[in-house]
Amino acid sequence: MELLLDSLFNGVAIGSVLLVAALGLAIVFGLMGVINLAHGELMMLGAYTTYVTQLIFKLPILKPFYNSYIIVSIFLAFIVSGVVGILLEKTIIRKLYGSPLETLLATWGVSLILQQFVRSVPLAYGTGLVISLLIGLFLPTTFPSKIKESINFKYFKFSSWLFAALTGVLTGSLISSSVSKLSRASARNVDVTAPSWMRGQVEIIGTAFPKTRLMIIVITLISVIAITLFLNQSAWGMRIRAVTQNRQMSDCLGISTEKVDIITFGIGSGLAGVAGVAVSLLGSVGPNVGGNYIVGCFMVVVLGGVGNLLGTVLASFGIGIMTDLIGAGRLLSIWPDMPLPLSNTINFFATTSMARVMIFALIVIFLQFKPTGLFPQKGRMVEN
Amino acid sequence: MRISRRILAGLATASLAVTATSCGGGGTSGSFDDTVTVGILHSLSGTMAISESTLVDTEKMAIEEINAAGGVKVGGKSYKIEYIVEDGASDWPTFAEKSKKLIDQDGVPVVFGGWTSASRKAMLPVYESKDAFLYYPIQYEAQECSNNIFYTGATPNQQSEPATDFMYKRSPAAGGDFFLVGSDYVFPRTSNTITKAQVKQLGGKVVGEDYLPLGNTEVAPIISKIKKALPEGGIIINTLNGDQNVAFFKQIQDAGITPSSGYYVMNYSIAEEEISTIGPEFLEGHYGAWNYMMSIDTPASKKFAASFKKRWGADRVVADPQESAYNMVYLWKQAVEDAGTFDDNAVREALVGQKFDAPQGPVEVMPNHHLSQTVRIGEINSEGGFTILEETGVVLPQAWNQKHPSSKGFACDWTDPSKGEKYKL
Repeated sequence: MELLLDSLFNGVAIGSVLLVAALGLAIVFGLMGVINLAHGELMMLGAYTTYVTQLIFKLPILKPFYNSYIIVSIFLAFIVSGVVGILLEKTIIRKLYGSPLETLLATWGVSLILQQFVRSVPLAYGTGLVISLLIGLFLPTTFPSKIKESINFKYFKFSSWLFAALTGVLTGSLISSSVSKLSRASARNVDVTAPSWMRGQVEIIGTAFPKTRLMIIVITLISVIAITLFLNQSAWGMRIRAVTQNRQMSDCLGISTEKVDIITFGIGSGLAGVAGVAVSLLGSVGPNVGGNYIVGCFMVVVLGGVGNLLGTVLASFGIGIMTDLIGAGRLLSIWPDMPLPLSNTINFFATTSMARVMIFALIVIFLQFKPTGLFPQKGRMVEN
Repeated sequence: MRISRRILAGLATASLAVTATSCGGGGTSGSFDDTVTVGILHSLSGTMAISESTLVDTEKMAIEEINAAGGVKVGGKSYKIEYIVEDGASDWPTFAEKSKKLIDQDGVPVVFGGWTSASRKAMLPVYESKDAFLYYPIQYEAQECSNNIFYTGATPNQQSEPATDFMYKRSPAAGGDFFLVGSDYVFPRTSNTITKAQVKQLGGKVVGEDYLPLGNTEVAPIISKIKKALPEGGIIINTLNGDQNVAFFKQIQDAGITPSSGYYVMNYSIAEEEISTIGPEFLEGHYGAWNYMMSIDTPASKKFAASFKKRWGADRVVADPQESAYNMVYLWKQAVEDAGTFDDNAVREALVGQKFDAPQGPVEVMPNHHLSQTVRIGEINSEGGFTILEETGVVLPQAWNQKHPSSKGFACDWTDPSKGEKYKL
């Protein structure tokens, strides 16, 4: 029983990291069909946001609230990655809908740019830049419609960008002068330390579970529930589903597909940011952190069936449990006296490297029989 | 960017220093008869840049110190050392290409360079075919002995063997079982083969081993294996690389694998620089084994640390690889002065037998082109340094490991033409 519980927990723990990382991609790639190779770098931005938030919460004014910085950083990471995602959609991806190869190359380029960006720009000014983007993109939308429709709107827009740039520079220098660690650019990996209430273990039914893992599972669960509710219950969620099912028809019926694209991409990117917070709890944060997860993300989405959230959920937990079963050699402890050739084979695959090989092999075999994944989208595809 | 800016800053300071002395009139710059240019070849960009740039800093400092003390004296003339820094870009073929450039185009008599075994393996054929000389400063898996490379880092018998011995006999987990964890490439695998043979000789038991593919940070399966194999605590030998250590230590601490519950980790790739990155709160109570530790309480060691901090900033630390890089510049200078020429063959002959009072204590160049060194075992403390627990005497290097099944009974001796790279003892 304890063994089973332990194994199940481990599987769910590994799976939830995969799931939270793949959730944003399931929306961007699954629903919109955009192959976003910069997804890992959006995660990385989320992880760096956690780091910056942590340092800012060490300032004397915010010190009493230090223990809650991780909760705050989840929301901030969603906003930061979401804003960068929206900018990415507005400037690059919008022009490339329907040409997957070009999107792939362009987003790969973006991923390299983002990696170099965090290496070469002091994080304080990076934060300032994101703040100006946030203001520049959203301030004009808050103007009353009278101004929006006036012929001079472009001047209003221009001045709001000017204001945004100014605020960005000011916050950048403010952060840079108050937190010295953020004032210099550094290619060195940085470290997010979980607040003390999240360190150590908690005991449930006689088995000890690491708290950070539980936290990641909670973050994943909340993200999945929130996004499911949003897609199925809200008006915008309905529009998103409509556009993914039939773009032309939705357009004819008066749905602004342009707005739907921005919102969908923004949410997908924002979820990547949340994933960044989760992975920052597990390892160090560096420019390459996203690259470690991107392959796994695509694997989960493809295996789950493109365009289906339930498939993504099942695929990640499936892979997680399989990784633990094979990688930790669980079968041997369940059935200790199996025949020698079998136990030797299992032992051979019971290392992290070989378990990975085995998982990929199983996925390849599975996709031979079900090329569209666990839950293929029913009905005719309209994207073409 | 940060690194190249630092180089620019370094170059600017260097040139400032030169102008300053020449303006002073009658300063040291006027007293040199000639100059000699050496090559420095490390990664200044890419994943290895963080580690390798510290070596460039140290080598520059050693060269500046030698110049300030009057340069290299060859045949009654004094030479000022100048250097060309090339970027290996964390890309192994680039290391070979830049080596060719330094040897053929710049005509340097010596190249100080490399960090990873992969970069060394890529450079080796270049130096052998051109009969040039590479000085390599990193602790490595050995099983190699080239006439054209001079290795100043530790061989396994100067690091992992005394460390395993300490863990099995004298650590708080003495007599316990071993679990081996490493990144999946040549150094951890070779090192663990040696450790397994040694543990068997000692009468201990290795109950498990696992390798994490480079770039992977999911440690959960390894943790459950450790807990299964060592339910009551034991000894973990860690040869993980770089950032994977951060993931490993964060996650094992959360899973309750800590010194207070009887698990002791011995690390072969964690020095002062890495401790500050990972965070001492995750590492306190675990162990490390090196030839040099910053906490060595001798005047030479303190002077080394102080001059490095003075040259590059008070927040900088020195660690074993840097000490090794520092030593090799001085050993080259001594060998050149003894040989009376910069010519490769004469310097190579003069090199064997050179002694140097290094920050770690006395070192001597052995006929197999490796150094005899002191080995230290330290416990990581809350200040981010090592508390030195043990110090061996001087340990002779084994280029061919005597515990590894493939090299047992072999040795290397370049001073005797009949012996050479690999001969049977």
